[in-house]
Amino acid sequence: MRRGITATALVAALALAATACGSGDKSDGGKSSGELSGTVTWWDTSSVGSEDKVFKKLAEGFEKKHPKVDVKYVSVPFGDAQNKFKNAAQAGSSAPDVIRSEVAWTPDFASLGYLAPLDGTPALKNQDDFLPQAVASTRFEDKTFAVPQVIDSMGIFYNKKLMEKAGVEPPANLEELKASAKKIKDKTGKTGLYLRGDDPYFFLSFLYGEGGDLVDAETKTVTVDKPEGVKAFKAVKALVDDGTAKTDASDGWENMMQAFKNGDVAMMINGPWAVADTLTGKEFTDKDNLGIATVPAGSAAHGAPQGGHNLAVYAGSKNLEASYAFVEYMTSVESQATTAGELNLLPTRTSAYAKKEAVNSEIVGFFKPVVETAVERPWIPEGGSLFAPLGIEYTKVLTGQTTPEKAAKTTGDAYRKLLKDWK
Amino acid sequence: MAVHTSQSVVKAAGDDVARGRSRGTGTPPPAPGRFRRGLSTHWYAWTMVAPVVVVISVIIGYPLLRGIYLSMTDANERNVARTIGVNELPATYKFVGADNYIDALTGSQFLGTLGWTLVWTVSCVSITFALGMALANILNRRIAGRSAYRMALILPWAIPGFVSVFAWRFLYNEERGLLNTVLGGVGIDGIPWLNDPTWAKFAVIAVNVWLGVPFMMVALLGGLQSIPSEQYEAAEMDGATAWQRFRHITLPGLRPVSTTVILLSTIWTFNMFPVIFLLTRGGPGEATQILVTQAYKFSFEISPRDFAQSSTWGVLILVLLMLFAVVYRRVLRSQGDNW
Repeated sequence: MRRGITATALVAALALAATACGSGDKSDGGKSSGELSGTVTWWDTSSVGSEDKVFKKLAEGFEKKHPKVDVKYVSVPFGDAQNKFKNAAQAGSSAPDVIRSEVAWTPDFASLGYLAPLDGTPALKNQDDFLPQAVASTRFEDKTFAVPQVIDSMGIFYNKKLMEKAGVEPPANLEELKASAKKIKDKTGKTGLYLRGDDPYFFLSFLYGEGGDLVDAETKTVTVDKPEGVKAFKAVKALVDDGTAKTDASDGWENMMQAFKNGDVAMMINGPWAVADTLTGKEFTDKDNLGIATVPAGSAAHGAPQGGHNLAVYAGSKNLEASYAFVEYMTSVESQATTAGELNLLPTRTSAYAKKEAVNSEIVGFFKPVVETAVERPWIPEGGSLFAPLGIEYTKVLTGQTTPEKAAKTTGDAYRKLLKDWK
Repeated sequence: MAVHTSQSVVKAAGDDVARGRSRGTGTPPPAPGRFRRGLSTHWYAWTMVAPVVVVISVIIGYPLLRGIYLSMTDANERNVARTIGVNELPATYKFVGADNYIDALTGSQFLGTLGWTLVWTVSCVSITFALGMALANILNRRIAGRSAYRMALILPWAIPGFVSVFAWRFLYNEERGLLNTVLGGVGIDGIPWLNDPTWAKFAVIAVNVWLGVPFMMVALLGGLQSIPSEQYEAAEMDGATAWQRFRHITLPGLRPVSTTVILLSTIWTFNMFPVIFLLTRGGPGEATQILVTQAYKFSFEISPRDFAQSSTWGVLILVLLMLFAVVYRRVLRSQGDNW
């Protein structure tokens, strides 16, 4: 193992010497001895209070392997990370060496020139091992700008005890969801579903469920304002209007997690990243009480979006070779097995699924087929920009400020303004 | 800008500056005595002012001119100059003239936001003023525990704004907030404080009033104390009612104070960023978005960041406030105030 790492460092040093020599400020690159040194600042964006502890410990493992490298672990709240990184990267100062970049952010950052290309660096070791869906978001203009760390999708989380008390099974489609919520209300007095009203990402499974999509990147067409999009807006509005779902336009995440953890709602739509946090709730001291099922289907399909996180290296990093090695380490089979075992996060490497930690995790086992059939998003630089206009209209529909038809049209118009020359 | 302003300072100082130097070298001064006198009394004033002028032109003048310039371009995150590590990417944005202003003033977004911003400003200022006036009048009397009340009422002013706003956010929380818990206790259904557009508007105004009342109260209390008590005594002798005394002595007596605080408060409220941003982020949807929070959003929250549009809104905000201040002063002057 030790030798392997040294070899990696050597390759890194050689690659750097060949490609990036002449940049005078690589003072703490420390490649002369073949051993890595210096500081790697890492912005972790995982859930604070549950996931971050494991990632921090994992990062400390890298320091043990490379005693001369100091990993500066910084936990940045997910909601702020995109803007904070953009500010820092654009100013050319105080940006981290490595950032945990959400899949939609990655092509955006890359197109703005903020990320270092990773092709041919040690960061991309055993590239063939990665799941193709996970690799898709890391590419921009035929170069690779990130390494997939975890992949995810969404399912419906349910409180088994509450569901049993009401005598219902996890709903397979929206009709069943409405019927179950009614029974839950009658038998237990609780609300059926918590629906995030402030984050349009949670709208995607309804949009895909009706057979719609935001845009079609192949034909360069905006599709959110097609009839399927209108139907999706109508579907979520109906859930809130008839009391099937509770929603919140301001503190959605916090309120959703509290409500579900305290047993005030029976179901929520969420992904593997929420499992560790959910299990800290009082309703789930018995872990078996948490059930996960496929998202309820709309009139067309079960449509869960594919998401995940990558690790990307800042183009202005003063310590590129140590950063590459850090990314390689954090996305290695061993690291992914650790996060699968401790946090139930889905690995992005095929071989990591064979590790006993992944095999033993029921949640990983559940989500694996979900991810395989999840709806891939268009990996265009504007992919992350699509959420801002959608988010406004989505909230407006749920709070009764606009109609589903108008919301779809306004979103579509905003997309056409954003995506020049699209239909 | 910096250079320009310091030049004008030199020019304003006239020949004095040059003579000042020559005086130092010992050349006999040929100028008339008036200049010499002016110089010997004022040279230090110019020296003292110069750094301030330079600093102000650097921190206000330059960004202002740059903002005005950007508002006439199509600058955004993709085409401005940026330094990423060793890469220096040059700027590729171009001049577009008044296009941004035409877009802003003919589209519905700017005018819609302006409408709510005006409602927000007028209601905040008038409610704050009315409450501040009432409290100041109460506290201007001899009542038991007066200083304790004054302390309590100044408290919101002493707490950092963002702390207050976060505290309010907890109170307003629909599921777990104190307000809805209390309402639930007396059998009233919870109110969707921040989730319903109308309630959200009410909520942000309430918080801003809460934050603004102490300032109004203290300023008006000071004004009240400067009204000579003889006037009230005389009025009482003449048999004036309480309302008449308030109408004809208190209000005119407070005029110099109240006109100033209303002007200040209007400008502050119009640009009151933290309350809206931290409480609702302009939501739900865009129901509580005011001009400054929307301008911030263009520049820092959407992707790609739209610097041109953001600067356009910023310049328009400045113009609106300047217009307001000018008109306000005119009106006051026409009513006999010597501003």
